[in-house]
Amino acid sequence: MINNEEYILGIETSCDETAASIVKNGTEIVSNVVASQIESHKRFGGVVPEVASRHHVEQITMVLEETFEKAGMTVEDMDAIAVTEGPGLVGALLVGVNTAKALAFAKRKPLIGVHHIAGHIYANRLIQEFQFPLLALVVSGGHTELILMREHGSFEVIGETRDDAAGEAYDKVARTLKLPYPGGPQMDQLAAEGAANINFPRAWLEAGSYDFSFSGLKSSVLNTLHNAAQRNEQLKKEDIAASFQASVVEVLADKTYRAANEFGVKQVIVAGGVAANKGLRAELNRRFSNGSQDLLIPPLALCTDNAAMIAVAGSIAFQQGHRAGWDLNANPSLDLELYGKRGQIKQK
Amino acid sequence: MNILAIDTSNQVMGIAILKDGNLAGEYTTNAKRNHSVRLMPAINQLMKETETEPEELNRIVVAKGPGSYTGVRIGLTTAKTMGWALNIPVVGISSLAALALQAKFASAVICPFFDARRGLVYTGLYEQHVSGGLQLLENEVNIKFTDWLDTLASKQQQVVFLSPDIEQHYQVIVEHMKDLAIIPEMAYHYPRPSLLALAGAEQQNEPIHALTPEYLRLVEAEAKWLEQQGNN
Ligand SMILES: [Zn+2]
Repeated sequence: MINNEEYILGIETSCDETAASIVKNGTEIVSNVVASQIESHKRFGGVVPEVASRHHVEQITMVLEETFEKAGMTVEDMDAIAVTEGPGLVGALLVGVNTAKALAFAKRKPLIGVHHIAGHIYANRLIQEFQFPLLALVVSGGHTELILMREHGSFEVIGETRDDAAGEAYDKVARTLKLPYPGGPQMDQLAAEGAANINFPRAWLEAGSYDFSFSGLKSSVLNTLHNAAQRNEQLKKEDIAASFQASVVEVLADKTYRAANEFGVKQVIVAGGVAANKGLRAELNRRFSNGSQDLLIPPLALCTDNAAMIAVAGSIAFQQGHRAGWDLNANPSLDLELYGKRGQIKQK
Repeated sequence: MNILAIDTSNQVMGIAILKDGNLAGEYTTNAKRNHSVRLMPAINQLMKETETEPEELNRIVVAKGPGSYTGVRIGLTTAKTMGWALNIPVVGISSLAALALQAKFASAVICPFFDARRGLVYTGLYEQHVSGGLQLLENEVNIKFTDWLDTLASKQQQVVFLSPDIEQHYQVIVEHMKDLAIIPEMAYHYPRPSLLALAGAEQQNEPIHALTPEYLRLVEAEAKWLEQQGNN
C-alpha cells in the first residue's frame, strides 16, 4: 500500500490545559481536544501548579480517547507521538511527557519532544505554509519574544522581555482593577469600551533594542490608580484598560515592525495567548497593511494552548530526524535556541 | 496471565513482570533520582530481558499512593496510558498496602508508613486475613506520627512497623511502643514490586479513566478555599 500521509499525535500539558490532537501532514487538523481547567483555577485567582497537575492525571486518558474517537483513528495509525517537553510547570509537563512515553512504548512509535513556544509559532502553519526568513512575535502569560526563523526548526531570539511578560502585566493590572480571572481578555474587552486618555510610559529601552520591559508600565498604572484614590477621584476602568493597552500594543507593534524590516522577513507571525488580544491584532494589521510582509495571526482557538500546534512542530522535528529516548524528561526552563540546535549538539 | 507492576510512589522505584504467577523479572532501586527519566528505560530493559512484548501484557498494577505527589503521578500516568493503549485492565493498589505485604505472614498487626514531613506520616493498619491477603484495620490517613503511635500503644498489641523512612523514626517508635514494636532489618522496609503485582492480580479493576492517585491530602490552596467556603 502506498501511503504518503503522515499523522502525528500531539500532547500538551504545560500549564492548565490538558490537550491532544492529531495532525495530518503537518498542516491539517484531524482532531483537536482541549480540556480546560480554567473553571477550577478561577476560585484561586490563578493557576495553582499542584492542582493543575492533579487535573492532568484525571483528564489525560479521556482526552486521548476523545481525540482518537473524533478522528476515527487508533494509535496504530500514528507515525509519531509528539509532546511538549518544556517550558512550563514541571509537574504539569511531567504528565504529558510520561503519557507520550507510555503510548510510544506500548505501540512502538517514535517519540518527539517539542518546545512549547516552537509549538505556538507553528500553530500558524495550520493556516498558511511558512516562508523564510520569518519573524514571530510570541506573546503570552509567560513569554514576550521576537524570534527570527531562517529555516524550519531554527530559532534566533532577537528580543525578549527583561522583566514581566506582556500577559503577566495584563493579569497584574486586571487584578488591581478587580477584574475576574483570567484578566487578559477582560482587559481587552474593557479597553475597547474606553478611551486611551492617560499617557502611560512606553518602554523603548536603548535605541535599536528589540527587548521589552513592562514592569515600569505596570507600576505607572498602579501609581496612577493610587494617586487618584488619594484625591478621591474616580478613574474609569475602561479608560485605564484602554490607556494601558495602548502602551503595550504600541511597543509590541513598533518593535515587531522595525525588526521585520531590518531582517527583511517575508512573513510576520503572531503567536501565544495574547495574540488573541483584539487591540494588538488591530494595531498589527494597521502596521503591516502596506503588504510588504504577510502578517499571520492564527484564529483565537489556536492562539491559546492546544496540542495541534505541538503536533505541527512535532511533524517538522520528525521530518528532520529528531527522536527522543525513553529518558525524555520534562524541562520547565527549556531554552528555545538550544532546542533548535539539539541535533547539531548531539552530532558533535 | 502476564502482569506488569509499577511503583514510583516514593523514593524506591520498582518494576516487576509476573507470568502466570511466577516472577519473570523484578527491578528495584532506592536512589534519590528522577523517576520520570528512569522509569521507561527500566520498563524497556525489563521487558527485553524477560522477552515480553507490550501486547503480551494482560494487566498492569500500579502503586497509586500515598507518597510523593509527582512520583505517584508518574507511575499512574504511565500505567493508565499503557493500559489504555493496550486495552488491558489497570489496577491501582495502595502504596501502603503494597508495603504491608512484606510482613504478610506476621501474626502481629502491620503498620506501614511513609514520612510526610513536619512530623506527619501517611499510614494505615493491616493484618493477615484468612483469605491469604491483607485486611485493612484502620483507614489510611495523613496524621501526626506521635498521635498515631499513642493510639497504637493504647491497644496493647504487637505491631510490625514497615517504612523506607524507618531509621529516622526508630527512636520515637520505641519510645511509644516499648516492646510492642517489631522492627525487622532494613531490607524488609522497601516495597517489592512483585508483591504489588500479586496484590493486584485478582483485584477487580476500575475503568481506566476513573483511576486517580490517592494523595491523602488536599492541595493547600484547595484546603484554604474550602475553609473560606465553610466560613461564608
Ligand atoms: Zn502557551
